Amino acid sequence: MSQIAVLPLLPLLFGAVIAVLAGLWNARAAQGVAIVATAASLAASLTGLVRVTTDGAVTYALGGWPPPIGIEYVLDPLSAFMASIVALIGLLVVIYPVDAAFDIRPGRGVPLYALVLLLLTGLMGVMLSGDLFHLFVFLEIYAIATYGLVSLGGAKGVFASFRYLLFGTVGSGLYLLGVGFLYFSTGTLNMADMAGTLPEIAGSPTVLGAMALIVTGLALKMALFPLHVWLPDAHSFSPPGVAALLAAVQVKAGAYALIRILFDVFGPAYTGSDGLPVSAALLWFGLAGVIYGSWLATRQADIKRLLAYSTVAQLGYIGVGIGLATRIALIGAVLHVLNHAVMKSGLFLVAGGIIQRTGLKSIPRFAGLGKRMPVTMTGFAIAALSMVGIPPLAGFWSKFYLVWAAVDVGNWVTAVVIVASSMLTLVYFLRLFEQIFVLEPREAVVADATEPSGRVIGTVSVLAASIVLIGVFNVVLVRHVVGPIADAAVG
Amino acid sequence: MIEVLADRYVYLFVLALLAIGLYGVLAKTDLVKKVIGLVIFTTAIYLFFIHGSLQEDATAPVIDERGTDPALYVDPLPHLLILTAIVVGVGILGVALALLVRLYRTHGTMDEGLIVQHLSGIEPGVEDTAATDPEPGDRDPPDDGRGHDGGHGHDGDGA
Repeated sequence: MSQIAVLPLLPLLFGAVIAVLAGLWNARAAQGVAIVATAASLAASLTGLVRVTTDGAVTYALGGWPPPIGIEYVLDPLSAFMASIVALIGLLVVIYPVDAAFDIRPGRGVPLYALVLLLLTGLMGVMLSGDLFHLFVFLEIYAIATYGLVSLGGAKGVFASFRYLLFGTVGSGLYLLGVGFLYFSTGTLNMADMAGTLPEIAGSPTVLGAMALIVTGLALKMALFPLHVWLPDAHSFSPPGVAALLAAVQVKAGAYALIRILFDVFGPAYTGSDGLPVSAALLWFGLAGVIYGSWLATRQADIKRLLAYSTVAQLGYIGVGIGLATRIALIGAVLHVLNHAVMKSGLFLVAGGIIQRTGLKSIPRFAGLGKRMPVTMTGFAIAALSMVGIPPLAGFWSKFYLVWAAVDVGNWVTAVVIVASSMLTLVYFLRLFEQIFVLEPREAVVADATEPSGRVIGTVSVLAASIVLIGVFNVVLVRHVVGPIADAAVG
Repeated sequence: MIEVLADRYVYLFVLALLAIGLYGVLAKTDLVKKVIGLVIFTTAIYLFFIHGSLQEDATAPVIDERGTDPALYVDPLPHLLILTAIVVGVGILGVALALLVRLYRTHGTMDEGLIVQHLSGIEPGVEDTAATDPEPGDRDPPDDGRGHDGGHGHDGDGA
């Protein structure tokens, strides 16, 4: 059954169309359609993940045209892993109540959930595509949906969305140009086919130019420092549910494409010693992003802005993992994609719950929230401690593998920076903890606040539980899923 | 030297267009001009692809009595890709123009500096209420966040 390679995508794509129609009839029906579609996609992704980790990769030739002529969908452990993350976070965000997630109660005909499903379709397509141009099309599909969703965030959101549109389109343009270089030197767009022909011409200026263009374009998409300039605005001004999706899975599509193309398509041209210093650039820019993002996060008063700068730092970790390019480092990077997805979406959904109940966004006014919303704030504490890297929570393990990889290759600067940034993370979350758990309520809205609605608590609890479970069962995850992914990429 | 340039003049042309487009996106303060720069940038990429498939003395890729020699036929794939990319580009352009309309209606100007200035007068949390929430309830009062928010100084960085 090779159709499993395309199955996670189909419910999202058709769901997007059906959600438009259902939204014309009844706004609530669209959310129902979105829940069913993402749940089906999650089921297909998880089935695929179990299948490919035991039986190996599955490919599907779209429309019956065999590759390299036709478009190929590839489900291997890495893409199945990423697809599961996309579907899981997507499901939780569409279950999350609509007024807390999007700051609006959509009227009839507002295609809110259709946009969310379109965003997820684009992300899922990026994960599953085995064709470089097809990947470009999906990059743009999710980007268009994102621009629409970010512009929901009021006047500032519209401007942030416009800026993001400029940067995002330039980024995918650079990627497309790089793909053009590769096509004219190899005559194919299929990733597996290209990986076969590239080693012979690995040192040619065209291939190196293509690598530079593709890496720059995708780094813009994944907001790797110093190309992150669009991210803080887009993530902090968009509504909480959108911000959760963007931080948890949308920027990871760029990271995934980077891992996929650098390791699986370029292979020796990237990992080899000669050629461009791409890995060094990713490593050092990643480290700079870790310091920069963590430092600015400590200086924010708005909770969503704090989380946005923290995302810049966390994406730096992934860049560091890709840049070190060893097996251990790649385990760290791929684990961090999962960990950051559950942690950051959890934090944004908690922020959404706070905003829903109190309307507060400014941290100095959170005093005493812990006593009014004990369950939500426990979820917040778990996610925050995991971000700091307290064992045995999930966030500890990705940092552990990255530090291990850095020490392994003798790069002590990386190890020191990662530990130091954990300290900065601790600083900005301690400030929050003090307000939330230690101080007494000062504001009337806080004193009267109650736990947010059941669906908010439910989604936050699921994410908090998965942070604990991913941490505790990390060894199992690394042995059966993440380890083989890193082996396939580096080996 | 002259021959090399004569052979490669299309690439220089494409490079010039890319540079002009990027300059427009980054340096112009008028948002409409930024969008125009973006269109020039993407068009340069389309031209690069189309030039790449150029082949002298070749015709449309329909096999006829002249045989199956690939040199006789133009590679159709770049044209196909660019057709798709143009469609995608039109979609992006549509979204960009829609956002421009909303920006113009809100701020009455297309100047980036003025819009940033105008937006920095709006405190976070309040404009959401005014723009999208039908019943402004217990949201942040306008004085919230000012003085604590070290991040506002960074809003304009690099863009």
